[in-house]
Amino acid sequence: MSVWIEYAVAFFLLVGSAFALVGSIGLHRFPDFFMRLHGPAKATTLGVGCVLIASMLYFSSQHEGLHVHELLITLFLMLSAPVSAYMLAKAAVQQQVKTFNRKD
Amino acid sequence: MSRARWLTHPLGSLGLLIVWLLLVDDFTSIGHWLLGGFLGLLIPRLTSTWWPRLPRVRSWKQLFVFSQHMLTDIVVANFQVARLALGRVDNLQPIWIEVPYELESDLAIYLLASAISLAPGTVAASVDRERSLLTVHALHCEDEQALIAEIKQRYEQPLREVFTCLPQ
Amino acid sequence: MLTTVIYLSMLMFGISLLLNFFRLLRGPDAVDRILALDTLYINGLALLVIFGLLLNSRLFFEAALLIALFGFFSTVVLCKYLLRGDIIE
Repeated sequence: MSVWIEYAVAFFLLVGSAFALVGSIGLHRFPDFFMRLHGPAKATTLGVGCVLIASMLYFSSQHEGLHVHELLITLFLMLSAPVSAYMLAKAAVQQQVKTFNRKD
Repeated sequence: MSRARWLTHPLGSLGLLIVWLLLVDDFTSIGHWLLGGFLGLLIPRLTSTWWPRLPRVRSWKQLFVFSQHMLTDIVVANFQVARLALGRVDNLQPIWIEVPYELESDLAIYLLASAISLAPGTVAASVDRERSLLTVHALHCEDEQALIAEIKQRYEQPLREVFTCLPQ
Repeated sequence: MLTTVIYLSMLMFGISLLLNFFRLLRGPDAVDRILALDTLYINGLALLVIFGLLLNSRLFFEAALLIALFGFFSTVVLCKYLLRGDIIE
């Protein structure tokens, strides 16, 4: 495996796990449900996408031929993350979840 | 049998072929191309009763512009969420805004809501089909009107041009 | 070098899983728990893919794909249950 591909895999792995960590920190720290929704909906999706890109690069360089089947998971997550965020927000509006306000 | 009956959804057939090739992770064998092509023809034909009426894409250029906006915004959104999540969370001012839309087809509304959910600082929370309103939650916003205008101009404008005047 | 980086990102995903698990335990509402579960399975999927990188094995792809599919469906079904009080109409 060439050095440059190794650097690229390492870069995508680190960026991806950093974003996923940030999404989880957001989930942990934000004070109300609708704010917590933002972390996983955006950061975790891109983070896992980066990890899957790293995996594609690694296996394509390790084995014969092109191995890009992780693309399926990436596409599926990109399509499904907004839908699950939408469903969760809808359920939360109906359940009348408490919201945070700076003025209180 | 006429060509129109076999290829009811050309893009759907192509998509199924690509998904099959990715799933078996083998682009070199002819057998998988044939099997994927067969499934791509068979599945849309068997399920054609349940397919929704899809709008025609009028402008591929605008679709490209839209996907380019989305890709850059996903990256920008991540840095913004990172900044807000690691900073002081007590100073944030979350608000609810209502964005009126002028799209008609389900697919276009789905794309708009997904774009809003992946865009910096906003998540789409509910769609009101009767009043054509999209309720959006913003993580931190100082100027409500500017945000609405930006969403309309950045995402809805290209989408409206992609799917103009539905064929009914 | 790559092995070190893989261990480092496994550590970061481990911390993410712990944070999600705290949120899952703490709640306070049912939707919070569903959101935590949703994030938990996405992070778990990524951890599985990284483990596959470490072992240089492509067997984990199918497991990761199935986790993505079932996780999404379970989130939607749980939300539907909260919305309607019933899953099958």
